[in-house]
Amino acid sequence: MTLDLTLIWALLIATAVFLYVVMDGFDLGIGILFPAIREKVDRDVMVNTVAPVWDGNETWLILGGGGLFAVFPLAYATLLPALYIPLTLMLLALVFRGVAFEMRFRTASPLSQTAWDMAFSAGSIVAALCQGICLGALVQGVRVEDRAYAGGWWDWFSPFSVLTGFALVAGYGLLGAGWLIWKTEDALQLRAYRLARGFGAATFAAIVAVSLAMPFLSPAFRDRWLTWPAVIFVAPVPVLVALLGRRLRDALDRREEVAPFLCGLGLFLLSYVGLGISLFPMIVPPAVTIWDAATHPSSQRFLLVGTVVLLPMVLAYTAYVYWLFRGKVTAGTPGYH
Amino acid sequence: MPSLPLPSAVDLARAQFALTVVWHFLFPAFTIGLASFLAVLEGRWLFTGKAVYLDTYRYWLKVFAVAFAMGVVSGLVMSYQFGTNWSVFADRTAPILGPLLGYEVLTAFFLEAGFLGVMLFGLARVGPRLHFAATCLVALGTLTSAFWILSANSWMQTPTGHTMGADGRFAPADWWAIIVNPSFPYRFAHTVTGAYLTTAMIVGAVGALHLLRDGKNPRARAMFSMAMWMAALVAPAQLVIGDMHGANTYAHQPAKVAAMEGHFETRSGASALLFGWPDAEAGETRGALGIPGLASLYLTHDLNGTVRGLNDMPRATWPTNLPLVFWSFRVMVGLGLLMIALGLASLWLRWKGRLYDAAWFHRLAVAMGPSGLIAVTAGWTVTETGRQPFTVYGLLRTADSVSPVAAPAVAASLAAFAVVYLAVFGAGIWYLLHLFNQAPHVHEAGPPTGVPTRTAGITPAPALDAPAHGESRPALQPAE
Repeated sequence: MTLDLTLIWALLIATAVFLYVVMDGFDLGIGILFPAIREKVDRDVMVNTVAPVWDGNETWLILGGGGLFAVFPLAYATLLPALYIPLTLMLLALVFRGVAFEMRFRTASPLSQTAWDMAFSAGSIVAALCQGICLGALVQGVRVEDRAYAGGWWDWFSPFSVLTGFALVAGYGLLGAGWLIWKTEDALQLRAYRLARGFGAATFAAIVAVSLAMPFLSPAFRDRWLTWPAVIFVAPVPVLVALLGRRLRDALDRREEVAPFLCGLGLFLLSYVGLGISLFPMIVPPAVTIWDAATHPSSQRFLLVGTVVLLPMVLAYTAYVYWLFRGKVTAGTPGYH
Repeated sequence: MPSLPLPSAVDLARAQFALTVVWHFLFPAFTIGLASFLAVLEGRWLFTGKAVYLDTYRYWLKVFAVAFAMGVVSGLVMSYQFGTNWSVFADRTAPILGPLLGYEVLTAFFLEAGFLGVMLFGLARVGPRLHFAATCLVALGTLTSAFWILSANSWMQTPTGHTMGADGRFAPADWWAIIVNPSFPYRFAHTVTGAYLTTAMIVGAVGALHLLRDGKNPRARAMFSMAMWMAALVAPAQLVIGDMHGANTYAHQPAKVAAMEGHFETRSGASALLFGWPDAEAGETRGALGIPGLASLYLTHDLNGTVRGLNDMPRATWPTNLPLVFWSFRVMVGLGLLMIALGLASLWLRWKGRLYDAAWFHRLAVAMGPSGLIAVTAGWTVTETGRQPFTVYGLLRTADSVSPVAAPAVAASLAAFAVVYLAVFGAGIWYLLHLFNQAPHVHEAGPPTGVPTRTAGITPAPALDAPAHGESRPALQPAE
């Protein structure tokens, strides 16, 4: 059997995107929860829980974009024009949020502190919403003719993409609340439990709504999920989602500290796998496969050499840093601010 | 859709790329040189044990953290812009440019995740030697990033090592020929030297500012002296490198050089024009004032050499904005000559022993602070607008490279980028100016420990410094 480089690259980039989604997901979630928690001391703790890792998390987004250009240029060249407005908004929101993150520590006056807090929170919410909208717009299909995007500049906007936009805000909120439960104590942790319950319910409802809507989007999705015997192979996904939802509720009831975050990650993983089942091998539904979109084999090989060497080092270093920063963060934790 | 009186989508996309890339490059143009400067400072501290170098190092490290962060934030946008606005270009060139930019991202990512955190926060924990290694690796990393980006850019100027399919898509044939394409060595040398001079001008200006306030400040003296050595040695070298780069451009992109020179007629003993206004319609440079024979001398190395003019080349290959190419070139060269003059004056004053108390010279150095940034921006304007009307020179036209995105969408994003960049990077630059305005002290603190810094990325600092939490400033002396 020959090695299918394109498949390897698709798995690598799917992994990078997933790592981005869950890692930047929980720190965008911190910004999404900001409006619910107003005291400066609590907000400082919240930001400090993600301070050492958040921009490393975001770097995976560059890798995702750069990887798509390098390996699946047709996907890059059709998706990015199709998602012109939400992607541009997302980038601006991330730029804004990144600077707000730093400036809120470097400013003294309460007024500008409030302004940077608002920029941080609004930037996080807009970035999450736009990412969800991009996902929905991808899933609902992108018109490609003659190797180019053939739709208009508002095609991304639909009830479905707005639904996925809010779904991602809810999901990131859940990840953020789960992260806070893990990393904080006392009053702030209690607030996080309540927030996790609300965002958990919203996330679960969003998963159900998106799952119900998808079969109506395209016959291909219906075939994957609802025809015999495919249904046997895909049924574990919704069953596991239901079980995990229950497990999350129990974990919140029993005041478990790590399980809520892990349940949130599990829900994201299952949703991601579900999307993979719906879309594979399409990279730009409904018509462009990963093999259609792939770049020249020589280019795939050339870049794979460096990736195989450098990526494990980056992963190991990332894991090391998360380990280094394990443990609770409190207002008394020295270092920041 | 009501029709709006907008420029064409391709012009708007060009304006947006120009806006975002000019903002972006201001930061790497400064940090590439600053990283090397920091490595030299730390090396001198380790070698001599003199605290003045460590204090100066920490002073500039604070600046580096902020400037590097803004470079990465603005770079994130660039990595998406090829797709959002230049999707046809992206689709056709990705087999060549994708891996080059991919390696740049991997290098930057690795550098960011690995060594910048140690460099910014780790001195107390990892010890001076390992820390010096981290500083050197960051400096090496910025140069490696520049290597890949400039290789990609140079391939767009002088494409080699590829084949081209019937559908207009490029395919790699020889990676070595792609990476080390004909203009790459010259462009790399010219750009890195320009970055070093940019840093020298800024460091020199800050040193001069603090010498004007306190001529005895040893840290201000150290940074000023080092910056002026750089100007004295490297500014003249840049003139030679620039001349070689120009000769290379003349060999591969004669229309660009003709636009830079304002030459319409092919002639021997061609003049180097000092002033004038190239008029594409009239096919001549109006009000031209030049030095006869000089252009022939530096382009052909013969006073009577024949230099090709634009009228000898197909009109469809002329750069689209001749006055911009012509005048940007003069701004770059003019500032370069001023830097040489500054460097030579510093040698004279040093010889006379008056380097640290010639106030007029310090004022001049302060005024020259932004000259490097302006010169590199002008230089890039020459090379990029001079490459027009192509994105890949001679092979892919700019008008055929653009995304199928409607003009109103591009106009809206352009306006949004203009406003947000001005606010965000304006605030960042304001903060940098605030840092420059602080005098470099004894026991300079360095970057505030633990304050999260974007792209310091995953900074292991606070935990690494954990044992020292009681003392806000771990006492660090070179090996005693």
